[in-house]
Amino acid sequence: MTRRERREAIEGYIAILPWIIGFIVFMAGPILASFLVSFCDWSILKPARWIGTQNYGTLVSDPLFWQSLKVTFIYAIVSVPLGLGTALAVALLLNQKVKGLAGFRTIFYLPSVMPLVAVSLVWMWIYNPKFGILNFFLGKLGISGPEWLQSTTWVLPALIIMSLWGIGGGMLIFLAGLKNIPFELYEAAIVDGANSWQKFRSITLPMLSPTIFFLLVMGTIGSFQVFTQAFVMTEGGPLNASLFYVLYLYMQGFRWFHMGYASSLSWILTLIILLCTLIIFKSSAAWVYYEAEVKR
Amino acid sequence: MRRKLNKFPIYGLLVMGSALFLVPLLWMISTSLKAEGAIFVFPPQWIPKSLHWENYKTALTILPFATFFKNTCIITFFSLVGTLFSSSLVAFGFARLRFPGRRVLFMVLLGTMMIPYPVTLIPMYILFNRLGWVDTFLPLIVPSFFGSAFFIFLLRQYYLSIPLELDDAARIDGCGSFQIFYRIHLPLIKPALITVAILNFMGTWNDFLGPLIYLQSQEHYTLALGLNIFKGMYSTDWNLLMAASLVILAPTVILFFFAQKRIIGGIALTGLKQ
Repeated sequence: MTRRERREAIEGYIAILPWIIGFIVFMAGPILASFLVSFCDWSILKPARWIGTQNYGTLVSDPLFWQSLKVTFIYAIVSVPLGLGTALAVALLLNQKVKGLAGFRTIFYLPSVMPLVAVSLVWMWIYNPKFGILNFFLGKLGISGPEWLQSTTWVLPALIIMSLWGIGGGMLIFLAGLKNIPFELYEAAIVDGANSWQKFRSITLPMLSPTIFFLLVMGTIGSFQVFTQAFVMTEGGPLNASLFYVLYLYMQGFRWFHMGYASSLSWILTLIILLCTLIIFKSSAAWVYYEAEVKR
Repeated sequence: MRRKLNKFPIYGLLVMGSALFLVPLLWMISTSLKAEGAIFVFPPQWIPKSLHWENYKTALTILPFATFFKNTCIITFFSLVGTLFSSSLVAFGFARLRFPGRRVLFMVLLGTMMIPYPVTLIPMYILFNRLGWVDTFLPLIVPSFFGSAFFIFLLRQYYLSIPLELDDAARIDGCGSFQIFYRIHLPLIKPALITVAILNFMGTWNDFLGPLIYLQSQEHYTLALGLNIFKGMYSTDWNLLMAASLVILAPTVILFFFAQKRIIGGIALTGLKQ
């Protein structure tokens, strides 16, 4: 290493120092601490007591843990693909060189900039069984609407429908992905006599697969961490039908001060998310197409 | 000619979709202007018989929303300062300076974006509790001075687009790395910094879980937290609840209208990483 290189290296470390400190203090340290705390009985008021794997044992036989896992899985499995599909559909429509693109884009993205607490309140009012606008519309179609947030059957579908209002970010990313597909590919396909569906199937989808992959990973991670809407709208009810995992974790940790138990919950969640991400990554070899691979 | 006709269904779908997306917002505005009795009228009226603008005043004075507003502004401002300072410097280091381990550290940084926040939630609370920072704004401000992985990633993309020759020329003129950062790069990535500022503003302004965990006494509440308390107290006064909600979401929505291009550019860029 020359003197100049050494100097640059030192300056480099200084430049990233804030992040290094932050990483240790607010990320790596807490993760390690959370691991240790998960083996303790700790209510914050009293000193921590080492109890080995007892928290994890309790967890296996805790019906609310399984309920929250079930709720979160159902939500993730339905809302993520549904959200991606809708975002892609809107992006495809907007990519047809439509007039007023900016206006439409704004409308579809607008809900994504609103505070989730306010969004939750509007939807509570929309889902009001008697005076809400949704059941009014359904009534006009001759359907008598369900009790939505007060119904154990409909509370999850209600939250999933609401999540569609927040597809704006995904739509923008899809739109950027679509703009990146070289037009020559479509021209070549037209010359070969391909119809719209064939073009979509053989050009758009493969070229977009890295974007789909990215959004699928981020969407899955995000859906496992749903909290605010459940906290504000249902507090996990009725009868724990919307007891999302992080909501349960919050209750254990910050309502009942079971810090040890909540930490073990957070570790299980992390492992689940890691596993899901890994599965998506593994599967991606089969369906994600990277241009660079062909170029080589 | 055929092409033009083909576009009719597209416009049809788009108009229908946007109408669906606008309904909640319109319903919110309509409700916020209704008299107490008029909210529970069936069928619902889209345009209230009489406009009750005083709902806004009532909604915002029942609880000390002015204090909540001030608190939210303080937190948002300092978090903004911290994020801009730290993320721009760290991103510069990753983008422009060569040092051993740079690649690995950057991979670690990208990896932290995938770590679920609940796993750090409890130890962070314990840490801030030990420091005596619970029920102060510090837990919501201080971490932003240590860079956010997402913004570092975003800014790095912009730095990478600045030609290397600029750095070389400056070095020949005797500039050190930090002078290059301050004099050359910062002015050039100003648009990106604005994008980061806006996204950070929206994130902090809308944050709920952070304030919920760390702020305990009502005089320290933020707007989002205050709104939730309001909901608990006046759970059937939908006109007041909608009025308060609208006021709270107004700043981010207005900001979005003014800075659309930057926000959209920033979001779009996140999807294009390899």
